[in-house]
Amino acid sequence: MSDFLLLAFLFLVAGVAAVPIASRLGLGSVLGYLIAGIILSPMLAVLNVDVVSIQHFAEFGVVMMLFLVGLELEPKMLWAMRNRLLGLGGLQVGGTTALIAGVVWWFGADWRIALACGLILAMSSTAIVLQTLNEKGLMKGDGGQASFSVLLFQDIAVIPILALVPLLAMPGAHHGGGDEGHGASLSLVAGLSGWQTTLVTAGAIALVIAGGMFLTRPVFRYIAQARLREIFVATALMFVVGIALLMTLVGLSPALGTFLAGVVLANSEYRHELESDIDPFRGLLLGLFFMTVGAAIDFGLLFGDFAVIIGMTVGVMLAKALVLLIAARVFGLRGSEKFLFGLGLAQAGEFGFVLTSFAVANAVLPDDLAPRIMLVITLSMMLTPALFILYDRVIRPRYDREEPRDADEITEPGIAIVAGHGRFGGVVNRMLLAAGYETTVLDYSAAHLDMLRSFGVRGFYGDATRPDLLHAAGIDEAKLLIIAIDDKDQATELAHYVHHNHPHIHIIARARDRRHVYQLFAAGCRDIIRETFDSSVRAGRSAYEALGMHPFEAERLARAFVKEDRHALYELAQLWDPAVPDHINEPYRLKARELMTDADLRARGGAFRERSARGWVPPTEQDQAESSARDEAPEGP
Amino acid sequence: MSRVLHYAAHPGLSTSRINKAMVQQARAVSGITTLDLYEEYPRYDIDIEDEQQRLLEHDVIVLQFPLFWYSCPALVKEWLDLSWEHGFAYGHNGDKLAGKRLMLAITTGSPQDAYRPQGYQHHEIRQFLLPFEQTAHLCQMRFVTPYVLHGALHADPLAHAQGFARLLEALRDDRLDLDRAQELTILTHDTLPIVEV
Ligand SMILES: Cc1cc2nc3c(=O)[nH]c(=O)nc-3n(C[C@H](O)[C@H](O)[C@H](O)COP(=O)(O)O)c2cc1C
Repeated sequence: MSDFLLLAFLFLVAGVAAVPIASRLGLGSVLGYLIAGIILSPMLAVLNVDVVSIQHFAEFGVVMMLFLVGLELEPKMLWAMRNRLLGLGGLQVGGTTALIAGVVWWFGADWRIALACGLILAMSSTAIVLQTLNEKGLMKGDGGQASFSVLLFQDIAVIPILALVPLLAMPGAHHGGGDEGHGASLSLVAGLSGWQTTLVTAGAIALVIAGGMFLTRPVFRYIAQARLREIFVATALMFVVGIALLMTLVGLSPALGTFLAGVVLANSEYRHELESDIDPFRGLLLGLFFMTVGAAIDFGLLFGDFAVIIGMTVGVMLAKALVLLIAARVFGLRGSEKFLFGLGLAQAGEFGFVLTSFAVANAVLPDDLAPRIMLVITLSMMLTPALFILYDRVIRPRYDREEPRDADEITEPGIAIVAGHGRFGGVVNRMLLAAGYETTVLDYSAAHLDMLRSFGVRGFYGDATRPDLLHAAGIDEAKLLIIAIDDKDQATELAHYVHHNHPHIHIIARARDRRHVYQLFAAGCRDIIRETFDSSVRAGRSAYEALGMHPFEAERLARAFVKEDRHALYELAQLWDPAVPDHINEPYRLKARELMTDADLRARGGAFRERSARGWVPPTEQDQAESSARDEAPEGP
Repeated sequence: MSRVLHYAAHPGLSTSRINKAMVQQARAVSGITTLDLYEEYPRYDIDIEDEQQRLLEHDVIVLQFPLFWYSCPALVKEWLDLSWEHGFAYGHNGDKLAGKRLMLAITTGSPQDAYRPQGYQHHEIRQFLLPFEQTAHLCQMRFVTPYVLHGALHADPLAHAQGFARLLEALRDDRLDLDRAQELTILTHDTLPIVEV
């Protein structure tokens, strides 16, 4: 137990200390984690920690990341990507394998070893690349999309490669047992013939897709109705882990399986909630993974063979970049996007680790070469953040200057987020949709959302007061937030949070009553609508009319009343202080007395009558007499 | 230097060609107050107090609108009815606008030929604008020859709108020759009597 706590504490301290510094220096979180890992490595060595097994555990972060990526990618988009996925991906994997294998062979290695090296090093690091692209907001661009296509292709390619590697075994070499612990010890396909395996595998994929389409929604709705947040998180985790397990059992990549599940769920109303539930786990696990990469560097080997190792690393990265740039050219990537793609994917990746140990286990690679390859992979991963910095600081500015403004002018259509889709928010949402604006609805009632979705409204399940959910719903790009949730305090809290963290957003908030108006005002909101005020005023106006007042007079009086009332409310809102109880808040009390006592109300009734009496008033007889006596402009119009 | 208050009033700006272009050009003119009356009062509840204050703070009032039924759009009339009160604009003690200038900038659907005794509108355009002219006189203001675009449905918005911006600048800098303007019945973008300095 204490071992576990100590280890957890060490990793947490290292991450917490290194990552903010790295981010602040503009190096990105990945480099921060890697450095933290390097700093940790002597301590881990003293404690005799098996870094590699922690790394296998942490690799689950990659699985989660692909699930999240899948959530962002609707099936349509995936289909639209198919050419790039196969073309770019195939070109990259095939080209890189051939080039590297060729060079290794030319250096005199056996062709089987050369081919294995090529395959291992052709893989890139999904973890580093996706994390960095997301962090820098480059994922949506052309280069980001192309990179993602290639990474996804590699994910798929691992499966046939794992099948191919044992065939490359050196003749006469003995077969090392197992595959060193990763991959499943259980298997659903062991001992099955080819077509049976195919059948089981296809069945598993179909299960994931069908489950995602038909099973998740009722389950999530059932869980959502219980309104237990941690159970929702547990359910989300259960799905991801379950799918990963199933995929491993049939010998597929778990990342690929969860990615598919993510795509299937991309249209679901639970998407944003799932995203914000899984994301923290992904972040922590990936962080751990990067630290283990840093910690696993074998410095003895590195310094013992410095020139050769560095030479190999640079050579590998150059070869990969070369193939990538050619592929980018073939597929028409332009400007700086081409270089983002070329530099971003030039490292070797975590799949390389898996393939290397698998190759050793299958007696494909000689024992002395494998650690070197591992080291080359690690070093190339370490260098990747530097390449991203190079891209950010040197390459992109150059292209930005060449194509001025273009990038600026693509403004995303401003969307409105409607928090709470009850009787109030529902009307607002309908009006927005009717006028052709795009809205995102957040609501905590699953039943409600189902109904909405049947009308084609973009609705998502979740608690709108949670920052991560707001983020997932696109608060960063939104122009407008409508706060129409029932709970007063939560509404105020939400207004406060958004006002302070996203000052660019216009907030329209529903107030339940006067006090709530003050609270929202204090939270920084300036567009506050009292939920029953307008209808009450209309009732008052109807009362005037029923008592015989001329309808236009009634209208004018009602308007004057509204104006006075809003004025009074505004004055009081400025004096109100959430920290001071009303009965001690002297200025507020005085003002309220001045404005609100019954007697004053009547007197003020006089004031608003007076105000409403102004307008369309002809001069009196006396006025006319006076002006003609003085011979000013005599008559008036 | 004069303080210019420019009100544009068009209830259907989204389908407007000319008035919209004029507003765009006017917004680019610095040192004047330019307002869209329908944006100020989308619900017609004109604030008399605010409006009178604004009138007091300016020397030249320019009302820009499309001609609707030989007159102004309804909100302009409402604005006049409410804020040009007795005791403020006219009548006993009603001299607050005295000495200021009132100018119209209007667009008409019918071509210039129509606004002739022989044309199908039968009267000169200035005759239709007499109520505004007399309003100015009653309030002891100077009525400046209006800036007019006839045949607005087919005319080139840009030339007229750019002319309007030059006009506003000239009013601001006191470079519009009011006497020469008075000799003309209407001003157009190519007949602006602007004094070059
Ligand atoms: C309700 C209405 C009444 C109109 N009355 C007249 C009119 O009396 N005389 C005239 O010449 N044009 C009349 N028009 C045409 C408008 O003056 C013309 O559409 C406008 O000046 C075009 O300017 P815009 O491009 O800014 O909309 C009328 C238009 C409308 C909609």
